Amino acid sequence: MRLENKKKGGMAEGDMTPMIDMVFQLIAFFMVLVNFTDAEQNKLIKLPSSELAKPADTPLEKPITLQVTDKGMVLYRGRQVEPVDAEGQLGSVLDTEVSVMQGRGEDHTEATIVIRADGSTKMGVVQKIVGLCQEKGFEKFVFRAKQDTKKG
Amino acid sequence: MKVRNTNRNSEDKVELQMTPMIDIVFQLLVFFIMTFKIVTPEGDFNIKMPRDAPSQEMPQDMLVPIVIALKADGEGELTHAVMDDVRISGETTQDIFAQMRQRVRAQVPDAGGPGSAPSEQEVEFDCDFDLKFKYVIDAITAVSGYVDENNQVKKIIEKIKFSRKKEPNS
Repeated sequence: MRLENKKKGGMAEGDMTPMIDMVFQLIAFFMVLVNFTDAEQNKLIKLPSSELAKPADTPLEKPITLQVTDKGMVLYRGRQVEPVDAEGQLGSVLDTEVSVMQGRGEDHTEATIVIRADGSTKMGVVQKIVGLCQEKGFEKFVFRAKQDTKKG
Repeated sequence: MKVRNTNRNSEDKVELQMTPMIDIVFQLLVFFIMTFKIVTPEGDFNIKMPRDAPSQEMPQDMLVPIVIALKADGEGELTHAVMDDVRISGETTQDIFAQMRQRVRAQVPDAGGPGSAPSEQEVEFDCDFDLKFKYVIDAITAVSGYVDENNQVKKIIEKIKFSRKKEPNS
């Protein structure tokens, strides 16, 4: 009678404590490291590295990120835009950006154009894009590079 | 019998229902693992790109920019650089940039230390159309500063601009 009772009542149960300990550890680890900032990064682009590229202490003022692939394709907010000329898609995208800023009463010349170009992109293409942005009235530019940890 | 049995149960140690908790905990774990992405630290280089028409009245004390031309072969690889009419070439591109940094440091005094203002001197890059962007970043790195033995970044030149480039007729 007694034996039977024990078998029925107690499920075969391993000790859960170590597993739960580990699982909580893992959760804590991922929670701390997770960041929801939608850092504009794209797998298509392999940024060149530089030992002087340190993450900025203060975020950029009104950044507009343009990503340039090695083929010279421009990505803006994850969307492909053709760079070609002022009348092309990139031109109209920038026009929209300017009018949005003006609508908000902001000065678009203070906006920073962040160029995230692939290491193999032709410099001429990058300069063409910069030139186009200048035509639209943008004045501040930064080139982005990834931090190079090895000392060189 | 019945009474005795319940008595026995209450004597047992109170056991929590683990299943719902573990369910939720695993849900959380999966969520965090899925949203986890490694973001590599990135830094920015400021580029001075004024509008095409610069103001006519140039201040008299304006320093003449150091002009560095970066020459590329057909593949976009760096072949050599020309700095103030002196050709800089080397076995590897690293050599070229090391020499470039040396030359710039010879012309421009270092900034005193971290936080102190870099030189007012300007550098103007004149890049070939086909040159790969990574060499430009390397060149900017070479002239804008260096990491000293104490792992401190010393700035040399912060004002960097690019010459306008015509697209090759092809």
